[in-house]
Amino acid sequence: MNVPLLQVEQIGKIFHGIPVLTDVHLQLSAGSTMGIVGENGAGKSTLMNIIGGNLTPDSGRMQLAGDNYAPRTPRDAESAGVAFIHQELNLFPNLTIADNLFLTGYPRTTLSKFMLPRIDQRQLLLQSACLLELVGLSVSPKQRVETLSAGERQLVEIAKALQLKPRLIILDEPTTSLSFKERLRLFSLLDRLSNDGIAMLYISHALADVRRLCDAILVLRDGKVVGQGAVEEFNNDRLVSLMVGRESTQQFPQRSSQPSREIALQVENVSQPGTVKDITFSLRHGEVLGLSGLMGSGRTELARILFGLEPMSSGQIKLHGEHVSHLSVARRIEKGMAMLTESRRDDGLCMHASVESNMSLVVEPKFSRGPLGILSKARLAAELRQMKGKIQLDRNAQLKSPVQTLSGGNQQKVVLAKWLLNQPKLFILDEPTRGIDVGAKFEIYALIDQLAASGASILFISSELEELVGVCDRILVMRQGELKDELDRSEFDVDRIMHASLQANQENSA
Amino acid sequence: MMKNNKFWAMLLNRTPAILLLAVVAIFGSISGRFFEPQNFLNILVQSSALAIAATGMTVVLLTAGVDLSVGSLMFVAVALAGKMIANDQPVWLSFAVAFMVGLAGGALNALLITRFRIVAFIATLATLFIGRGFGLWLTNTRAMNMPDAVTALGASRCCGIPTPIVVMLLVTVTIHWFLVRTPWGRQVYAVGNDPDAAQKAGLRVQPILFAAYVICGACAAISGLIALTQTGAVSPSFGQQKEFAAIAAAVLGGTSLFGGRGNVLPGTLFGAILFQTIENGLVIINADPYLYPMVLSAVIFLAVFLDTSRQHLVANLSRRTLQSVA
Repeated sequence: MNVPLLQVEQIGKIFHGIPVLTDVHLQLSAGSTMGIVGENGAGKSTLMNIIGGNLTPDSGRMQLAGDNYAPRTPRDAESAGVAFIHQELNLFPNLTIADNLFLTGYPRTTLSKFMLPRIDQRQLLLQSACLLELVGLSVSPKQRVETLSAGERQLVEIAKALQLKPRLIILDEPTTSLSFKERLRLFSLLDRLSNDGIAMLYISHALADVRRLCDAILVLRDGKVVGQGAVEEFNNDRLVSLMVGRESTQQFPQRSSQPSREIALQVENVSQPGTVKDITFSLRHGEVLGLSGLMGSGRTELARILFGLEPMSSGQIKLHGEHVSHLSVARRIEKGMAMLTESRRDDGLCMHASVESNMSLVVEPKFSRGPLGILSKARLAAELRQMKGKIQLDRNAQLKSPVQTLSGGNQQKVVLAKWLLNQPKLFILDEPTRGIDVGAKFEIYALIDQLAASGASILFISSELEELVGVCDRILVMRQGELKDELDRSEFDVDRIMHASLQANQENSA
Repeated sequence: MMKNNKFWAMLLNRTPAILLLAVVAIFGSISGRFFEPQNFLNILVQSSALAIAATGMTVVLLTAGVDLSVGSLMFVAVALAGKMIANDQPVWLSFAVAFMVGLAGGALNALLITRFRIVAFIATLATLFIGRGFGLWLTNTRAMNMPDAVTALGASRCCGIPTPIVVMLLVTVTIHWFLVRTPWGRQVYAVGNDPDAAQKAGLRVQPILFAAYVICGACAAISGLIALTQTGAVSPSFGQQKEFAAIAAAVLGGTSLFGGRGNVLPGTLFGAILFQTIENGLVIINADPYLYPMVLSAVIFLAVFLDTSRQHLVANLSRRTLQSVA
């Protein structure tokens, strides 16, 4: 009892020059459960990835039961008795439960020394059945994982972790895709594991779940520990204010214009089963509308539906009074819609292609003439040069250089430029400042303001509340696929937004 | 909606059987000769070479790869064996060498794909041309006729069953056993489903892939040898485009071109027999030989189409849904 099971000291981690964790301390005794809470991007996942062996820290050290612990791979962590259950499950849906449980270490028959390694089918099914019983899942181990519900898959994932006989289990947001019942089932299982002496680190946005499960709480903000102690020391209000923080470290440009009264975008009763429900709001000309919500609240899905990337089962979308719900993405772009996606690497940019070709991707048709659509290179080039100045792209960046050689901030500016060239009337921005430095952030805020001043409407999705409060005219809050709150500029209050984002989780488990 | 999907999924999963029934019914109604027992035995004998090549192909397809060099590899292996037999080497030795050529060819593909990280499609497209060229050089672009000893093998029986059928069953059962009963086999399915996830789960992806291509090469060689004992000659076009027939047979049997789904027994064996039944039926009803490629390609198209719709359906069924809170 004197030696803590896990001792983390002065852990630091820097990504691309931006510190994501600084001087993190953590102490966890055997058999206890610690909740890790914080806003999106506070560094929870990074910390867990370091403990789980997916990342190596840049500074600091860790001890496991008094021994030095410095895992380089998940395998190292597993052999030390640390299992990690990720938010996205790592199961192979095309294989059976038994296969998934033992994929890397099948029980083999004794003759295998002289013969080909052969799976001991009897042992496999026997041991699988034992593990499934342990987690309280009454299905045949021969069943394929693709036939299981999200909650059942979660249990299979835990069974997989238990197979390693762990001393510590890390759970990253295990309840996001679970129904209420499934969640209760998971909790009673976790209680049981805890009684068996297994320690747990539990990441969650659902504060009530954390209070229900954990003995201790660690609050992270901007990569630093801002609170740590027994669960009794924290009430919800204190947790929220610790997570959100008080001091504003960021600067925002003054909004230079007022939104007009005219409505640009009208969204009525938009629903899609499983993602969003009954969304109604309007967006005026020259308005910057913030959309807040936790990960999985449906904000990205809503944006994708508005842009036509995902289907919707009912509802209407009107742009300048004109129905666009039935239009393809290409037609919506022609109508003046634009969208900056959550991940510029995956679907915002062609990373190997040049700045120039990335920027001209959307606007090329406007610069082509004749029945063959021959591109007028000179006119386009002139436009590109002008745009490069407007977005204040790094002086060293050439139009010809590949996008991947630019910094994150400059890459994001290229994505913006790509759409700005098309003079959008409605610009959907999904996390436009993710992973970019403070200076570039400010420039992007300034661009957003300019764009609004020129009469365009902007839907601004962000996990950073300060940013929304600093830039937007109005903020909507989403939770579990529904709009839960709406705040005008005069009512902006980060605590209120945070409460609205979290509330449901508290109601359910209380 | 859900029920409807399930019905379609079930139909799609049974398509090989439905197709075979339809094909048999059509040909049987046109020609009575089609239903003679001897004809069914013929179909099985004729299927054996294709079934073996398709079995190797199945393993590769399961890893979400492809091997386009199967036909060329058949040609090289058989050309070398033919040359040895023509030079009075014993038949068993020539066949053994041909088998080794298959292993080596598969290993070359595997090396290009796992070691030099060349996309399977491109790597095996290259070995397709290399193999064909090398074989033509070996044979001086001339056909070689085999002595009767070789064709006698093709017509021989083993325990009363035609030898090609015995070899076909031996190969398919063995590979099936490998896929179902060894850790390697299960890991093939995992790699085919998601190579990145497999890597993250701690599987050694490259050796798993390597073995798959070597097995495919070995199957190509065996398939070529069976075809050799049946035709009794090595022509410059020997094995040409057999890789496509093999892919078609595998896909007809329910193996996915996207990896991770499918099986050798009954799937691929079934697919090969279906493919051969159509060819056999076209012969029996005296169809215009120029129609064969068109009918067969229509069948391949249908198979690939079914595979994609299967994928689509699976994707729709497993669409992420946030559960509403009770």
